[in-house]
Amino acid sequence: MKFRWRRRHIGELIVKIIMYFSFACVVGSLALILWTVLYKGLPALTWSMITQTPKGGFYLGKEGGILNAIIGSLFMAVGGTIIALIFSLPLALYLETYINASRFGHWVRLSLDVLWGIPSIVYGAFGFTIMLALGMRASLLGGIVVLALLEFPIMTRAIDEVIRRMPGELEQASLALGSTKLEVATRVVIRQMLPGIVTAILLAFGRGIGDAASVLFVAGYTDRIPTSLMSPAASLPLAVYFQLGTPFPEVQQRAYASALILTIIVLVISFGSRFLSTRLGKYTVK
Amino acid sequence: MTPHIQVRNLNAWYNGHQALKDINIEIPKQQITVIMGPSGCGKTTLLKTFNRFLELTEGARLAGDVLVDGQNIYERDVDVTEVRKLVGLLAQRPSPLPMSIYDNVVYGMRIHRTKKERRDYKNAVRHYLELAGLWDEVGERLHHPAVTLSVGQQQRLCLARGLAIEPEIILADEPTSALDPISSQHIEHKLLELKSQYTTVIVTHTLRQAKRLADYVIFMYMGEVVESGSSHDVFENPREARTRAYLQGVF
Repeated sequence: MKFRWRRRHIGELIVKIIMYFSFACVVGSLALILWTVLYKGLPALTWSMITQTPKGGFYLGKEGGILNAIIGSLFMAVGGTIIALIFSLPLALYLETYINASRFGHWVRLSLDVLWGIPSIVYGAFGFTIMLALGMRASLLGGIVVLALLEFPIMTRAIDEVIRRMPGELEQASLALGSTKLEVATRVVIRQMLPGIVTAILLAFGRGIGDAASVLFVAGYTDRIPTSLMSPAASLPLAVYFQLGTPFPEVQQRAYASALILTIIVLVISFGSRFLSTRLGKYTVK
Repeated sequence: MTPHIQVRNLNAWYNGHQALKDINIEIPKQQITVIMGPSGCGKTTLLKTFNRFLELTEGARLAGDVLVDGQNIYERDVDVTEVRKLVGLLAQRPSPLPMSIYDNVVYGMRIHRTKKERRDYKNAVRHYLELAGLWDEVGERLHHPAVTLSVGQQQRLCLARGLAIEPEIILADEPTSALDPISSQHIEHKLLELKSQYTTVIVTHTLRQAKRLADYVIFMYMGEVVESGSSHDVFENPREARTRAYLQGVF
């Protein structure tokens, strides 16, 4: 019974080492990103950064802030997420409840996966072409619509994967009481899967608010806070991009501060959603 | 005897494998009918044909008629949700819906719009929880999640939830197999209490439970109904050799 090193033990050890290494890589990358953003961004993160729009000479290192980009990003990401949700949730429920394992369902899922894989710049270029054809100019609305397009496949597939884990007995219990399939979907599936659905929505939101390429052409960039759907809108990822591209160290540091703000928004939303899903999960059946 | 459910020339298949063979039976009104037989004999399949649940199973096919109060529930213009309103189901394992105790009981009434006012719902919730023998235990915490109840309580909640849509028939598919002995007893007592108002069909594989509950017995074997009759006749005086063998515990 004494322990001896055998091939199986060595194999296990090697795999364990690989696992620890991967774990360290992931956690290390996250820590490194946070540290870089904090270290470089925190000194430049002033109150005026988040309460003011860029004043003259802002991009040369003078006064102002990036309130325009914060507001623009929030408008676009929230708007895009809402529109994406309006289409995603019904589609995901339809996929699950009506056409689940059918051939059609398979094709719908495949197309969504393909859409998910399309680079965001392509969405941007696509939106831009449409807008040119319609005679529209870069605007908040364009940004919202393109972000909605970008988020839609992510959200739908994420919700779809969540709903697939729905316990079958629950569906049967509600059918046995004489529910229609729609009632099963709206009254039982959504309630049971609400925590997962919230997570899926925020996953899409996070992707939307962090995306620079898709809104590059369609939303434009401006120093003003957008006042209507038709006015152009700035966004945080582009604020980072433009500021980092200047040759002035002060402005580059502000780019990190902007990145920090973006990170904080995403973190707040993530933790908020975690909190919310535990609260909402009170009634779910394990 | 007045039949409540009549089954005529019923055959069912799962992906080509025949699970029910030429079933012709009548189930008496407001009595407890027990369907018994060894595992895989088609008891549950037969039960599922009474509330049109078989069609939810992929690959299942069915031919023949099931009449409830003389109305064929498989006719084309029949609304399946109405069938299931008339024929309630108590499943093998309790499955509370992801909502509060109160909302579980109210669920069916809401979708069928059987009540008008809020107060009516409140009274109905109390009434049906009392009927299922659960009120004393949960009356104080109606708005707690249903999943916080014990499994035995959950099963009684499911009973209350089913009764709340005012069915005429209760189907019960081994309703006590997931429960502890005391909870099982609870459920059995309730079913006995309720039998004067509801036609009850119970699937069970425990012979003793069948003897305790049955007024009328259907014995199935390999997809066929071997024998059916009053519990006295079937238990005391079985006509068929296979029934006798089953009662003696041969299979």
